[in-house]
Amino acid sequence: MSMQASASKAARNEIRFDYRPDSTLMIELTGSWRLGNELPAPREIERQLESDGRPRCVAFDATNLRTWDTSLVAFVARVVASCAERGIEIDRNGLPEGLKHLLKLAENEPAHAVSESGSGDRRVVYRVGKAAIEFAQSSLGLFNFTGLVVIAFARLLSGRARMRLSDLIVQVQGCSAQALGILSLISFLVGTILAFMGAVQLQQFGAAIYVADLVGIGIARDMGAMMTAIIMAGRTGAAYAAELGSMKVSDEVDALATMGISPVEFLVLPRVLALVMMMPLLCLYADFIGMLGGAAVAAGVLHISFVSYFTRTAAAVTLTTLVGGLFKATVYGVLVAIAGCWRGFEAQAGSSAVGEVTTAAVVDAIIWVVTACGLFAVVFNLLHL
Amino acid sequence: MEQTADQPAAQPWHIEVRDLAMAYGDRVVLSGINFTVKRGEIFIIMGGSGSGKSTLLRHMVGLIEPATGEVLYNGVSFTRADPGEREAMLRRFGILYQGGALWSSMTLAENVGLPLAQFTRLRPDEIREVVSLKLAMVGLKGFEDFYPSELSGGMRKRGGLARAIALDPEVLFFDEPSSGLDPLSARLLDDLILELRASLGATVVVVSHDLASIFAIGDGSLFLDAESGTAIAQGNPRALLEQCEDPRVHRFLTRGQEAASQARNV
Repeated sequence: MSMQASASKAARNEIRFDYRPDSTLMIELTGSWRLGNELPAPREIERQLESDGRPRCVAFDATNLRTWDTSLVAFVARVVASCAERGIEIDRNGLPEGLKHLLKLAENEPAHAVSESGSGDRRVVYRVGKAAIEFAQSSLGLFNFTGLVVIAFARLLSGRARMRLSDLIVQVQGCSAQALGILSLISFLVGTILAFMGAVQLQQFGAAIYVADLVGIGIARDMGAMMTAIIMAGRTGAAYAAELGSMKVSDEVDALATMGISPVEFLVLPRVLALVMMMPLLCLYADFIGMLGGAAVAAGVLHISFVSYFTRTAAAVTLTTLVGGLFKATVYGVLVAIAGCWRGFEAQAGSSAVGEVTTAAVVDAIIWVVTACGLFAVVFNLLHL
Repeated sequence: MEQTADQPAAQPWHIEVRDLAMAYGDRVVLSGINFTVKRGEIFIIMGGSGSGKSTLLRHMVGLIEPATGEVLYNGVSFTRADPGEREAMLRRFGILYQGGALWSSMTLAENVGLPLAQFTRLRPDEIREVVSLKLAMVGLKGFEDFYPSELSGGMRKRGGLARAIALDPEVLFFDEPSSGLDPLSARLLDDLILELRASLGATVVVVSHDLASIFAIGDGSLFLDAESGTAIAQGNPRALLEQCEDPRVHRFLTRGQEAASQARNV
């Protein structure tokens, strides 16, 4: 085939302008018009249209056109638009048949007028107002949802809730045993970090042994519960939002509701319960592993033996501190579970919705947990705990 | 056919929708919806895309609360019923959602068995038997232990139907039963709807824009129009095709044949 040889010459699209005596501008289209090739600059056409002998009519000659695709349609459409602006007539007879049809399709009016509400206003005041209203509505939704969970819990206590024990067990498994790996890693590292931070300072005063106090109290009071909550927000809270969100999107939640089974009782209750029951246990485990991390640093860097480290820890960490931490963890569990389930139920139609609500669930959970941690610090301080 | 409609003592309409209006926030989508469905009738809610057909269905089963108006079943208001009464009424409904909406974490048998386990006193082995029976009725015998993700779209729909008929409902709702199905499967589903109506004696409400299906199974119908925001025609679909003067309804029911032929003649 001589395609390759001739292609080099004919590969480029070309246009030639030709003035006819009857003030018609004939645009001759030659070569092959492919999307890969550059289109002729629009300025050139406009210059031709506005030249001294301003044409009255524009026509096309496509006799030497080899091949064409959308690039030619786009070019011709641009010429047509430029001519329409200047009130110049267009003669389409010289164009290939298929191209004429495509142009006609492209010029069709839309079947339905685009609704005005969809376009939206881009002004700052409007957007701030819209965001504020959405925030208020979403907060109202959250209160409503929390209320539903409380009612469902009351129904559970009175034995009337429709919840399956098997669902609860599956959820408990998901948010306890399966979370131990990551929880061990993170809390061990947090323990070592705390120990390092303390060690540098305490060594200067020759009070290295007090690293045990620092790590023990820090972990048991706050860090253990908070790290557990943040891990569970990213792991379990996100899973709740994604599961419930995709169930919502595929009408599975509605299918429960229209069967007379409350989705809050059937889906939310086991998830909230599982996390609330497991959080104190997970936190206790995280506390222990965190202290191990501290002990490792103490032994490795400060040359404090395990025995003296743990004796010191046992003296420093009171039962009140430990139980206070576990209590905090339980509250964080409620927050993480509610954030995940609430956001999941908020999912609107569409596959991107699940991703959006999952992100929102994790962000909400972390914000709530950290805020609660701050509140707890103030309240515990006032109570002298 | 059901004879209850002839008995003077019985409620003449099984379903009655009175002056229903639907709104998203402040934006009213549809208003002034009034219609009645006789016992044992197959009633079609039709209209173009975005005319609010599915939204009307969701109002009828309580997933969305109407802005005004009410829905009555057997002469009792569903809209005004308290939660307990409403739950009892819901139990007599069977709903097939567009994609089947089978619970993805459960097997087909668990899906169909859940309403039985929750609302009946059947023993597990009895439930298993009933589930097999229902699955056999929709042609899914032997698929008990499959998860929804292992089934094709058409099978998921039939699975959803088996779940919908688990408690022998009085009213069956279908949200676009033929969407996403090939013509033959859609036809088979239509036949199944007719058979179930005959055997269960249920009243059937179908949201559809599939003309073949509308003419094949519809006894009565309601035509929703997005632009005017209300129902613009009611009646038997075939009668509407022959008699309805409204060009919008006619264009829809003839698939725009006339408009197309006119365009060709010009």
